[in-house]
Amino acid sequence: MDTVFHSVSLDKEKCLGCMNCIKRCPTQAIRVRHGKATIISERCIDCGECIRICPHHAKSAKSDPLAIIEGYKYKIALPAPSLYGQFNNLTDVNYVLSAFIELGFDYVFEVARGAEMISDATRKLLKSNSLKKPVISSACPAVCRLIRVSYPDLIDNILTLNTPMDESAHLARKEAVERTGLAPEDIGIFFITPCPAKITSIKSPLGFSKSEVNGAIAINEIYPQLLNKMEHLNELKTLEQAGKIGVGWASSGGEAAGSMCERYIAADGIENVIKILEEVENEKLNNIDFIELNACTGGCVGGCLQVSNNFVAKTRLKTLRKYLPVSVNRLDTDEIPDEMCWDEKLEPLSVLKLADNVTDAMKLMNQVSEMVRNFPGLDCGTCGAPTCRALAEDIVRGYASIDHCIFRLKDEMKSNDMSPSELEKIIPVPFRGEIDEEKLKWT
Amino acid sequence: MEVIQLHYDVNANDFTCAGEASGKLKRELKRLGFEPDVVRRTAIAVYEAEINMVIHADGGAIDASISPECITVVLKDRGPGIPDVSLAMREGYSTAPENVRNLGFGAGMGLPNIKKYSDKVDIDTVIGEGTTITLRINTAPAEN
Ligand SMILES: Nc1ncnc2c1ncn2[C@@H]1O[C@H](COP(=O)(O)OP(=O)(O)OP(=O)(O)O)[C@@H](O)[C@H]1O
Ligand code: SF4
Ligand SMILES: [Mg+2]
Repeated sequence: MDTVFHSVSLDKEKCLGCMNCIKRCPTQAIRVRHGKATIISERCIDCGECIRICPHHAKSAKSDPLAIIEGYKYKIALPAPSLYGQFNNLTDVNYVLSAFIELGFDYVFEVARGAEMISDATRKLLKSNSLKKPVISSACPAVCRLIRVSYPDLIDNILTLNTPMDESAHLARKEAVERTGLAPEDIGIFFITPCPAKITSIKSPLGFSKSEVNGAIAINEIYPQLLNKMEHLNELKTLEQAGKIGVGWASSGGEAAGSMCERYIAADGIENVIKILEEVENEKLNNIDFIELNACTGGCVGGCLQVSNNFVAKTRLKTLRKYLPVSVNRLDTDEIPDEMCWDEKLEPLSVLKLADNVTDAMKLMNQVSEMVRNFPGLDCGTCGAPTCRALAEDIVRGYASIDHCIFRLKDEMKSNDMSPSELEKIIPVPFRGEIDEEKLKWT
Repeated sequence: MEVIQLHYDVNANDFTCAGEASGKLKRELKRLGFEPDVVRRTAIAVYEAEINMVIHADGGAIDASISPECITVVLKDRGPGIPDVSLAMREGYSTAPENVRNLGFGAGMGLPNIKKYSDKVDIDTVIGEGTTITLRINTAPAEN
């Protein structure tokens, strides 16, 4: 499994080296060095929080341009259900789906269809009582990656079924081969993505070795062209093939509702996801059957590549789903097909460990604690690390040095011939002691 | 031999902070690279004992001493003490007040869980003075 590829990337030109992203990152995967942010690859879970917070738009997702579809004889679009929430006054999903055909795609396979299949399989598995409870959804790749990095003992709780995207890609290719007689490799399948996490899981999938998806086009990039086609549609085709359950996956709670179990939790937003995972780890949620977790606030409607506000999108989706049948796609047997299930075990990525064996780790931990005692505990970020503790860990791991802390640097400079007030001036104003000649108006 | 000492004060005045110390301890154990099962057992046992300190006693202090072979945690409170320890150890026995029951505590499962997850538990309690719980978790032999 390739763990190095990330779709979240940094534009060094735009990055000013401010502290916004290092503070926001849930796995403390960003440091600032020489005026630029750097992402620690093993820790990044591609959640997109840094893309959302960066005021200079220096962080972005490596998605594919629309032109990528030209490389294939038969082109299939796979729109995420959350896309439907991006349009004002949309009353019929067929407008969106028809616009894809006019953009040059030969076919549209709604990811909502794959979602309904996964919902059906989840219902069957939950009923069979063969899973470790509470079962944690595998639909959000950022959550799976977070579990792998920070909660490896919960890997066995993850539902080992395809994501709706992968399930849809698999079904779409199979159907297209039957329909067209083309070879499977002539068929190009493109996910219309709300987030970088899904892009990453195409290039380095979780739970299996190769994704059926050939490319990912960001919703916010295809949006203007799509809207333009929708406004000047030549022909409104009837392409819609999903119901309430499938489209419901767009918002937090939709997947859980589709699982039809009574004791479930649906949590969204990365901080809430972390709180729930902590509770599962402490065995406080053993009476819960199913847990849906979405890294983005509101679920995939809150993905960082969306164009509309997630609350607005959620309400639009509610209207749109109103007259849909409950579900249109389901398994035709009681057996869950092998292609729907993971065939690789998710391996833990123990990036938090200080060393490979406990004794060495303890030595380093004692050094960390000693250092933390001597840091001011302000978590000011001027060292480029998100917290004093994170700097101390970087130092023992050999990635930083003590004088990266401006307060410790000042201590080292005491022996120098600067006067105390001159010395105090190297400290940033919020943390600086009073200096005689410096009068601040507000105090 | 390398030993790590960690100290946490448990404040009973703010109930919303209950569980913070055991959470911090858990994060340290993960960084030290202990087996997930060791981390989980320690975290749960200490969590239960910490909550008890807040609900039934008046807060106190937690001292963890960690070596590669075993984790020993001493939880000392200045509460009312436990009149009948074997009764308190029984599953389902609880004197938790109504208000904390509404928060999901008071199932009488804390002490039984502490016993279940620890390799050794000592309860030293004096009525009117307080309770000291010492629990030990043997760690799996260090890998690599
Ligand atoms: N530190 C303590 N000081 C005084 N009494 C205690 C202490 N810890 C436990 N007890 C007594 O022992 C009883 C059983 O404790 P136990 O932790 O098993 O259950 P609980 O705290 O009541 O409920 P639960 O832990 O399931 O939320 C408590 O109800 C209380 O009467
Ligand atoms: S919640 Fe949805 S949009 Fe957000 S990271 Fe997870 S899969 Fe992507
Ligand atoms: Mg208790």
